[in-house]
Amino acid sequence: MSTHTITTQKVNFKVFRFNADEDYLPYYDDYTMEVTSEEVVLDILNRIKWDHDGSFSYRRSCRHGICGACAIKVNGRSTLACKENMNKMIDIFGNDLVLEPLSIKRAVKDMIIDKKDFWEKHDAIHPYLISDVDEHPEHEHLVTPHEAEELNEADLCIQCGACHYACPVVEINEDFFGPAAFAKAYRFEADVRDDAHTTRLLELHEEKQGLWDCVKCFECAEVCPKDVNPIEKITKLHQMLFREGVATSNVATRHAVGFKHSIAKNGVLDEGGLVLYSEGLGIVKHVPVALKMFAKGKIVPPWGIVKSKNLDEIQKLVKSSSTAKF
Amino acid sequence: MKKLKYALFTGCTAKQSTPEQMMSTLAVADKLGIELIELVEASCCGASHLQDYDDFLSLVLNARNIAYAEKHGLTMVTICNTCQLNTAMTKHRLDNNAELKTKVNEKLGEVGLEYKGTSAVTHFLYAIIDDFGLDKIKEMVVTPLSQFNIAPFYGCHNIRPSELQNETHKKPENAYRPTSLDDLIVACGGMTVDYEEKNKCCGFHVELQAPRTASILTGNAIAGAMDNNADWMVTPCPLCHLKLDTQTGHASEAIGREVSLPVLHMQQMLGLALGCSSEQLGLKHHITKVNFI
Repeated sequence: MSTHTITTQKVNFKVFRFNADEDYLPYYDDYTMEVTSEEVVLDILNRIKWDHDGSFSYRRSCRHGICGACAIKVNGRSTLACKENMNKMIDIFGNDLVLEPLSIKRAVKDMIIDKKDFWEKHDAIHPYLISDVDEHPEHEHLVTPHEAEELNEADLCIQCGACHYACPVVEINEDFFGPAAFAKAYRFEADVRDDAHTTRLLELHEEKQGLWDCVKCFECAEVCPKDVNPIEKITKLHQMLFREGVATSNVATRHAVGFKHSIAKNGVLDEGGLVLYSEGLGIVKHVPVALKMFAKGKIVPPWGIVKSKNLDEIQKLVKSSSTAKF
Repeated sequence: MKKLKYALFTGCTAKQSTPEQMMSTLAVADKLGIELIELVEASCCGASHLQDYDDFLSLVLNARNIAYAEKHGLTMVTICNTCQLNTAMTKHRLDNNAELKTKVNEKLGEVGLEYKGTSAVTHFLYAIIDDFGLDKIKEMVVTPLSQFNIAPFYGCHNIRPSELQNETHKKPENAYRPTSLDDLIVACGGMTVDYEEKNKCCGFHVELQAPRTASILTGNAIAGAMDNNADWMVTPCPLCHLKLDTQTGHASEAIGREVSLPVLHMQQMLGLALGCSSEQLGLKHHITKVNFI
C-alpha cells in the first residue's frame, strides 16, 4: 500500500480587492499562508474569507467542478478554483501568486465579475435543440453511439467563462461571440436531433460576430477545466460551413480555400498569390507594406517560386483526397 | 558527441517573405556542426487555414511531408511555429487513431508512400536545446550579447496546445511560464526581458479578415517589450516575425502610439552570439532596421 504524505509550503498571495459601490480604484491585499498539497485554489479563497476578512467576495457553489461559478485568474491564467490543485499553481508560477477576477474591467466586487457579455453571446447562438417535436411520439428518438460521439464532448461545458475571458479577441472585439459560445453552437450543430443547422450556421458566419476572427492562439483549449477544446469546435464549425454549402465568399473563406489552390499549383504556398486570391481588389490596401517588403527582398514573384519536388504526387493527392467543395 | 542530423521542413515563409530566416538557419547549423537535409519534396502545411476548409486533405499532405523525413530515417525539424503545430498535430492524430492512419495511408499508397510514425517532429529551437545543449552553446559563444535586453516572443503554436509539448520537447514547457527562448537568450549572454505579452498571440492568422484585431495584438506585443526596456525582440516563428517586423505602421495606428523594435529570428540571435556576420544572417532583409550591429 502506498503511503500518502501531505506537504506544506509558504505562499505569498496578492489578492485583488475592489467594491464597485465604494472604491474609485482597485487595490491588492497581501496574505502569506502555509498551503498544503491537498488544497485547491477555492480553499485559499475560503481561508481568506473565513480567517482574514469576512468581506472578501467570490462566487462558489458546488465545489465539484460542475456549477462553473468559481473561475478566477491565478497569475493571469483562467482557473476553475475548485478544481485546480494549489501544488500545480505553485509548480507553474512559484510561491508568489496573484489572485484576480476573470476580467478586471468587469469586476463588481473582488473576484465577482459581471458576466453579462458572456451570457448575451451564449444566448445569441440559440443554445437549445431546435426541432419540431412530436408531442406524442410512437417510439423513442434513438441516437446511436457514433452520432453521440460527434458532439466531441462539447456538451461538457459548464459555462464557467474561463475560456471566454482568456480569449484575446474577446478583449478587442466586443461583437466577437467568443470560444464558449462557439463551442456551444457546435454542440447543437453536431446534434442529429437539431433541425436548425443552416439557420444557426448562417448566423455564425456573419462577419461581425466573427467565427472567422478566431486568432488560433489555443488559449481557450489550454484553460478549459472540462477539456471541451473550444478551438477544435471552431475549426469544425468552419469545416461544417463548407460541407453544408453555407459558406459564402468572403476574405476569410477565400483565404482558407486559397491554400488548396496554391498547393495544387506549386506544392508550396504562393504568398502573394494567396493574398490576391483572398482580398481581390482589396489588395490595394496591402500595397504600401508590399512595396517596402519588395525593396528588402521579401517578396518572391510567382515565376520565382521554387515548387515542391515530386509535385505530381501532391497534385494527385489533392485530387484524390479532397473532401470539401467551394 | 555524434554529429546531429535532421530532416529540415523549411515551410513556405523561409523561402519567400523571410529569406533571412533560411540564411540564418543554415549559418547557425553550419557553426554548430548540425547537418540539415532539406525536405525539398514537402508541401505547405496548410497553416491552420487549409485545416478550416478540408481537414482530411491537410492530414494527407502533412503525413506525406513526415513520410519523407521517415524515408531519411531522421527527426523532422521545423523552423516555423505553425508548421510545427500542423505537422505535430497530424502526427499526434495519426499515431493515436489507427483507423485514421489507415485511411491516410490508403491515399499515400497511391503515390507509393507510407506514413509509419517513426520520425519525431520538433522545432529547431527545441532540437538545439534538447539535443545540442545550452551548456555547449555557452562554450561556443564568441560575441556574448551582454549589452542587450532581449524580449522573447514565443509564438502560440510552439507552446500551445500543451498536449503536443509532451511529444515534441524533451523538457515540456508550460504555456504560462515558457522558458526555452529565455534560456537561449541567457546562453547567448543576453539579459531576458519579462513582459506580459511574451507568450501571447501576434494576430498573424487574422491579418486579412480582422486587420484591426491583428494590429492591436501586434501593437500590444511590441509595446509590452518596449515598456520593459527591451532593446530588441526575438522569436522562433517567422509568422510572428512578419507581424512584428513589417506591420508596425498599422500596429502603431491601431493602439494609438508609435511602436517599433528590431525583431530577430532566434537563429539570427544565436548566429550573432556565435560570430556569424550580418550578411550571413540576412539582417538587411528586415523592415524595422536592425540598428545595433
